[in-house]
Amino acid sequence: MADSSTTLNRSSGPPKTKVAPWNDPKVRGFFFQVVLLVALLWFCWWLFANTTANLERQKIASGFDFLGTTAGFGIIQTPIDYSETSTYGRAFMVGLINTLIVSVIGCVVATVLGFLIGVARLSHNWLVSRLAAVYIEIFRNIPLLLQIFFWYFVVLRLLPHPRDSLRPFSDVYINVRGIFTPNPVPLDGFSVVVIAFVVAVVAIVFLRRWATRRQESTGQTFPVFWTSVGLLVLLPLIGAAVTGFPMTWEYPKATRFSISGGFTIYPELAAMVMALSVYTASFIAEIVRAGILAVSHGQTEAAHSLGLRNGPTLRLVIIPQAMRVIIPPLTSQYLNLTKNSSLSAAIAYPELVSVFAGTVLNQTGQAIEVIGITMLVYATISLSISAGMNIYNKKMALVER
Amino acid sequence: MRKLIGTAIAATAVAGLAFGAQASTLDDVKAKGHVQCGVSQGLPGFSNPDEKGNWSGLDVDVCRAVAAAIFGSGDAVKFTPLSAKERFTALQSGEVDLLSRNTTWTLSRDTALGLDFTGVSYYDGQGFMVRKDLGVKSAKELSGAAVCTNTGTTTELNVADYFRTNKMDYKVVAFEKADEVVAAYDAGRCDVYTTDQSGIAAQRTKLKEPGAHIILPEVISKEPLGPAVRHGDNQWGDIVRWTLNALITAEEFGVEKGNVASMKDSKNPEIRRLVSAEGTMCENLGLQPGCFANAIAAVGNYGEVFERNVGPSTPLGLGRGLNELWSKGGIMYSPPFR
Ligand SMILES: N[C@@H](CCC(=O)N[C@@H](CS)C(=O)NCC(=O)O)C(=O)O
Repeated sequence: MADSSTTLNRSSGPPKTKVAPWNDPKVRGFFFQVVLLVALLWFCWWLFANTTANLERQKIASGFDFLGTTAGFGIIQTPIDYSETSTYGRAFMVGLINTLIVSVIGCVVATVLGFLIGVARLSHNWLVSRLAAVYIEIFRNIPLLLQIFFWYFVVLRLLPHPRDSLRPFSDVYINVRGIFTPNPVPLDGFSVVVIAFVVAVVAIVFLRRWATRRQESTGQTFPVFWTSVGLLVLLPLIGAAVTGFPMTWEYPKATRFSISGGFTIYPELAAMVMALSVYTASFIAEIVRAGILAVSHGQTEAAHSLGLRNGPTLRLVIIPQAMRVIIPPLTSQYLNLTKNSSLSAAIAYPELVSVFAGTVLNQTGQAIEVIGITMLVYATISLSISAGMNIYNKKMALVER
Repeated sequence: MRKLIGTAIAATAVAGLAFGAQASTLDDVKAKGHVQCGVSQGLPGFSNPDEKGNWSGLDVDVCRAVAAAIFGSGDAVKFTPLSAKERFTALQSGEVDLLSRNTTWTLSRDTALGLDFTGVSYYDGQGFMVRKDLGVKSAKELSGAAVCTNTGTTTELNVADYFRTNKMDYKVVAFEKADEVVAAYDAGRCDVYTTDQSGIAAQRTKLKEPGAHIILPEVISKEPLGPAVRHGDNQWGDIVRWTLNALITAEEFGVEKGNVASMKDSKNPEIRRLVSAEGTMCENLGLQPGCFANAIAAVGNYGEVFERNVGPSTPLGLGRGLNELWSKGGIMYSPPFR
């Protein structure tokens, strides 16, 4: 308000009469800014003082010391070492990592699924495009929580009791308690394999650069993709062979009640990934469709007249341009998926909200601290995703030559 | 700009006001005209809504008794269904005046959570339920089992303690809502369902085949369930405490829903004090004379409440056990009304 009147005054030109300070828009503007600031500070202080006074009066514990005390409860999926004797702080870490696990897997699956369906939606094949449309309309319009329950209880109902586990391979068990596979245990010398893998990745980066440069100067293409796959597989394999395969497998075993040992994918994680990615993919499909439609048809015709077939046209001409339109809304889908993962508490997947803002909050009663930390974590994750996607967006943006 | 100043002034004024004043819960409740009571999201026998949304159960009757003691009517109460996880925050923040939701009295809840427990309405202990066809006879055989339970409960902690002290492995699958625990257990996700024995009896009625499951003999914890209030308002805590005690005393002295009106003529001084024919018991709490008589008239004495909601003639079919009066071999005991 102050600003607009200032500009008005200025534009009204020369007649420079002296005004009283309380009529001077600049002084007034400044005065009200100060008033607002003071009021804001007062409000914050009041919130803080009132809260602490109330906590004190009701004798509710406060502070962050609780993070160091023993949690005393068990968690089913523990990607890092955790037991009942670990601290609340450790339980927080477990919850956080479980959130990241389900979000990252969910984002990857949702992206792949979303791109496939988005492209299918534009297919000239009537059946394919209809099916894609039906998929989108169904999964976009049913509340996510219902879908989570649906997948969870479908998964539970379809899978057999541990006694009658499905065994697609001799050491893989699939039953209502999860998917149990052998777990690779690295032995001494495994670092060679890791180093070989890193070398492969670096080699691929250089290979791509070289291939692009060669194509630009000579027009010849190089099968970068298959060479990369070959490198990624072969180099670590050679490393392993040289060091005598420094790895054993820990096999799952049938016990009285279930299967134990090995690597386990719990039904809660499976159902969450399923629900989150199927749901989010329906939005991503629409984003992809919009992105592709935003690239003018002239581009396709131009590519065709240069002799590119449909596949390469899509991959080399349409998608790279569509990405500029796709990335910003795609970022919000990733953010949504990550935040939606907090619905996991409903089906016992132990992520941050369930473990920390649930059990820990309930045991300690320190709602303000716990919710504060949780909000901070989500804000950090979201800002990181945004930052990452912004960098990617910059890279994909139209490079003007 | 004007608006801004106005807002600032208003905020300051509100701040100044809210800071000092702290009305008592009883005054708040009287001003509202009802007691806001936190209950479960549906636990037959303890707090369960019917199709019309009428709540019934032992925990619900405690709420109704308090409402009757204050307002003379057991209907001057509204219920807030709360999950195990939400319940303490709801009480702390003032969303409910009273929490009567099969809640175990523990030290840390009494202290760090800023609550006050006002007695025990049901003495319970944690148990295990398994499918009969597993062939398990004792909880000691449960090593390696998957256990379904609720988050935010003592159950979750007890089960961890029990398996740890017995050096057994287990996988805990902890849900927020009790219905999901039952559904997952029924779908075979877990071998064991664990919670308070009373809770098992109640939830068992929701299973597809209640008869196909057995409750193991071990009781692994003490779960004194009782109503809780916010720490710091002693008058309100006393009202809830003595209303519950009144129901227990009433049973001890044979005062019932049906005969409480005529008990004003009783010769027994304790009964006369209970029904306000003598003394100033209700006035001492800041209530109208006849408060306990109203509570008993609304829900009956403790024995009647027990029989009606969880006793042998109900689907839960629980015996009195520890909840029998102290004079009949149980530990239900009320301090004297004098
Ligand atoms: N007494 C225990 C357990 C209370 C509890 O929440 N039990 C569950 C299982 S019986 C329950 O009441 N569920 C009913 C609901 O969530 O509505 C405690 O206070 O922590």
